[in-house]
Amino acid sequence: MPGLDEGTPLFVQIAEQLADDIVDGQLAEGTRVPSTNELAAFYRINPATAAKGINMLVDDGVLEKRRGIGMFVALGAREQLLATRRKLFAEQYVDPMVAEASRLGIDSDALVSLIRETSLSNGGKTR
Amino acid sequence: MTPTISVGELTRRYRDQAALDNVSLTVEPGTVTGLLGRNGAGKTTLLRIITGLEFPTDGVVKVFGAAPAENDAVLRRMVFVREEQSYPDFRVGHAIRVASWFYPNWNAELAQQLLADFELPLDRRMRRLSRGMRSAVGIVIGLAARAELTLFDEPYAGLDAVARQLFYDRLLADFVEHPRTIVLSTHLIDEVADLLEHVVMLDHGRVVLDPPADEIHGTGMTVSGPAIAVEEFVAGRPVWHRQRIASRASAVVPGPLDAAAQARARALRLSLEPLSLQQLLVHASGIAEEKVSA
Repeated sequence: MPGLDEGTPLFVQIAEQLADDIVDGQLAEGTRVPSTNELAAFYRINPATAAKGINMLVDDGVLEKRRGIGMFVALGAREQLLATRRKLFAEQYVDPMVAEASRLGIDSDALVSLIRETSLSNGGKTR
Repeated sequence: MTPTISVGELTRRYRDQAALDNVSLTVEPGTVTGLLGRNGAGKTTLLRIITGLEFPTDGVVKVFGAAPAENDAVLRRMVFVREEQSYPDFRVGHAIRVASWFYPNWNAELAQQLLADFELPLDRRMRRLSRGMRSAVGIVIGLAARAELTLFDEPYAGLDAVARQLFYDRLLADFVEHPRTIVLSTHLIDEVADLLEHVVMLDHGRVVLDPPADEIHGTGMTVSGPAIAVEEFVAGRPVWHRQRIASRASAVVPGPLDAAAQARARALRLSLEPLSLQQLLVHASGIAEEKVSA
């Protein structure tokens, strides 16, 4: 199966991959997303599972149904997803990183400068 | 809506051996159901009763709302592809033509396509086909029949992994275009897991699991990490399986785990991983015990 993993329910993975594409800008706001059947064929999954993933995003207001034409990326979807992900960022990335750092005896000053270095070498902005 | 299949408190005994023991389940129209279990779990017996080939010792079976046995109106709406089905010694093309007379929704175009996909020689006699090719003929008939209820019982004896993938792909593609009720009995669980909307797991003639496929997730969890932490986490829980190597251990426990348990596992630096459907089957008897004690 292309690109899906064991750990998360399939329909959640379908929703997450679509959300990733929206955040990355590969699925721009206002464009049509693949239909349930197209997703089912591509991932080789039951169409009901694909529909469940899509409906998750519809419920969140990220996708909108246009009757008879299909499913589209809602206006403001990217900003909304970004806001949600920023909220989860500390919990999902910072907390485990800080926990591992303290396990390894890296104090917070050292951790901060490590982050700066990595960010610099990736061409990111520090300030 | 009337369920396509409804089975109530079904028991089938052979002498003093119960092949099916108080089985109840329903299959909704337009779904793909996986009938999963080890060999001898009762899958074939259940399908034979559903298709009217066999009678229950006790209990009720309804297909499209009516008893299937000797009921032509019901039987014409279904196709049953059996494991190692035997055919009269026709040529392949003739066997397909004969099948086309039986099924009201038969689609000749799809049959032609599938015969080509599986590279079946139309003028070869059935007896001269390899086992895999004979299985492929069954698959062609099962799909081209486009019956409202399509039942496959381990339809792929002798088919290699590539041919099985072809079967799953064609099944899914045609199901999407022409939704119908499909029941797929198999022990190759991980191969079909993603195709299923509904899972029925049998063990020793009993239903041990019968949820929508989405909800299976987390029915069993593997907890692994430092042995001491694993022991602390599983204390007071049923444990289906334990493993230990040096200072590390893993244990399989029933799920789903609530948020508190997950947080506790994180605090103990344990990793949690849900069991796959195939792994769940390995623990089927554990699941059965769980249900009895619950």
